[in-house]
Amino acid sequence: MSQPAIAADTKPWRREGVQPFISVRGVTKRFDDFTAVSDVDLDIYRSELFCLLGESGCGKSTLLRMLAGFEQPTSGSITIDGEDMARVPPDRRPTNMMFQSYALFPHMTVEKNVAYGLLREGLKKSAAYERAAEMLRMVKLEKLARRKPDQLSGGQRQRVALARALVKRPKLLLLDEPLGALDKKLREETQFELIKIQETLGVTFIVVTHDQDEAMTLATRIGVMKDGKIEQIGEPREIYETPNSRFVADFIGSVNLFEGKVDAVAPDMMRIETFELGAVLLPPQSGLTRGQQVWGAVRPERFALSRSKPENTPNTWQGVVEEMGYIGHMSQYRIRLSNGVLIRASQSNRLRDEDPISWDEKVWISVQPSAFRVLTR
Amino acid sequence: MSAGNALTRSAPWRGTAWLVGKLGISGRTLVIAIPMLWLGVFFLAPFFVLGRISLAEALIARPPYTPLFERGPDGSLQIIASLENYRFLMTDALYRNAYLSSIRVALVSTIFALLIGYPIAYYIARAPEPKRSILLLMVILPFWTSFLLRVYAWMGFLRSNGVINNTLISLGIIDAPLRMMQTDFAVYIGIVYTYLPFMILPLYANLTKLDGALLEAASDLGASPFVTFFTVTLPLSLPGIVAGSMLVFIPAIGEYVIPALLGGPDTLMIGRVLWDEFFSSRDWPVASAVAIVMLVLVVAPIMWLQSVQNRREDG
Repeated sequence: MSQPAIAADTKPWRREGVQPFISVRGVTKRFDDFTAVSDVDLDIYRSELFCLLGESGCGKSTLLRMLAGFEQPTSGSITIDGEDMARVPPDRRPTNMMFQSYALFPHMTVEKNVAYGLLREGLKKSAAYERAAEMLRMVKLEKLARRKPDQLSGGQRQRVALARALVKRPKLLLLDEPLGALDKKLREETQFELIKIQETLGVTFIVVTHDQDEAMTLATRIGVMKDGKIEQIGEPREIYETPNSRFVADFIGSVNLFEGKVDAVAPDMMRIETFELGAVLLPPQSGLTRGQQVWGAVRPERFALSRSKPENTPNTWQGVVEEMGYIGHMSQYRIRLSNGVLIRASQSNRLRDEDPISWDEKVWISVQPSAFRVLTR
Repeated sequence: MSAGNALTRSAPWRGTAWLVGKLGISGRTLVIAIPMLWLGVFFLAPFFVLGRISLAEALIARPPYTPLFERGPDGSLQIIASLENYRFLMTDALYRNAYLSSIRVALVSTIFALLIGYPIAYYIARAPEPKRSILLLMVILPFWTSFLLRVYAWMGFLRSNGVINNTLISLGIIDAPLRMMQTDFAVYIGIVYTYLPFMILPLYANLTKLDGALLEAASDLGASPFVTFFTVTLPLSLPGIVAGSMLVFIPAIGEYVIPALLGGPDTLMIGRVLWDEFFSSRDWPVASAVAIVMLVLVVAPIMWLQSVQNRREDG
């Protein structure tokens, strides 16, 4: 059983020819004349922790509900572990779901809630309760087994819901906003607990969330959804560093977008002429032609601020600090350029005793060519 | 809002408030006092009058029972009361049978009302909005016509030459008319039909509150729709079942009109016995005893259910 722990093993999507565990092909879901999910293709691999990220109403929950079997796709197919799910009702699917509202049975105790699924499998009562107790130990709730759900706190209920969904050892666990109802502190703790549990059990997780920080922390890969379509699929780093559209760039983290046209393409350098910044030099990107409309995207932390003109980059501008916010580990700036354009920049506060750039100062703002991401849509 | 202020500022109001305060009565007591007064005047007082009559003996006089207090030969005040009427109820098989058969009829009717009403309530609760209102209206609609009229309408259906028999004969399914009127069957139909809305409405109110996510959760955990119903829906709708069953059982046990109109001579129900004792035999004391015993029979199961419910909520 012992396999060499090479990086490719934990990232099967990077390898050619690996059979996906779940494959969604051309799935569309229409409610009357509203299209909730539109022609989605998605491959998810075994033991992944995949996050569907998007704003409310983007179709991520509908997609999850189709995987669980609560909704039938209008067209397209869903395959889980090689088995077509089209005619399989929710109670026969190898999936379990953790509901956003938790949906704990209010008339049953915690242990009965957790054992419910096992009893439906036809497991003997004693065996079912034993396994339920085991699961409750794992989520550290063994002392509350005899309580009813309304006697628990929000965090405890969340863990009961997780235990109930995991106790059947599903091939696929679907989690609908699993941390949405928890307060911030508890949410951060629970995120890592969730990852630990997922790694321990090796169950494939699909998590639906609207919280980009949550998605970035939890996920092996993220699927960003908008208007029923998947905009981009990638590892958190890919999504952040190489977004494929203005929407993704803006949705994940914060970004400065500059509209312009490709001005010149050379083998080692490319120039785009932007409205806001004038000419910007950056490394060439394939698939771009002269005159094409593009957007340059730069993350605020990629800008450098200095009092003297930096020499290490061709992309420099001058401006005035209009606003500044000290957050502790970093400071956020709004710099007004002489042409009126406002740029968001942030600087990490590495030194305790530095003399920070402050309000109304005239500063140089610069960016390395490689920090630009050129977007075509 | 000025109306309320004007009222609270007016002299009589302030006078009353001052007086109530002086007497040491809080506003809370005053609010509770109104329903208490209502119950006292219209339930408790008649109940005591009934209880007092049940302890007397029948007389051909006006009122037709012996007085509670009487002056003895030596001029002393004597209380005349006996449990003779209750003893009589216990010894005479007629009453025992009437009670038992009333309970049986009420119980069977309640079960049928539940079996018919539950699916209807469930369907209405799950129906989308405009449809749901129409369905609810249809449940309540019969109340807009007289209850008596509706029972008479059933006579038209159940008669030997009524709608049902005529239809069945003309279709050639039966040769001779079925005897349905003046049977227990007709009484069951009448009671179930009449009290069905009282079963449906509390059940509906309960089932609309049922969270659809719970049903999905059950199904997700491997429960078939059938198992989901018995492990989730049914236990959670128990309060609605209890409320609906009470609303059917209690009036059905003392029902008079339906057995009188649809039932036969051998349909023995306590409501009819009560009527006969009061108006035919004019034996008010026995009739009162019959009524008191019936009340106890009805109240006992309610109190038991209430205590079960309370325990369930505590633990």
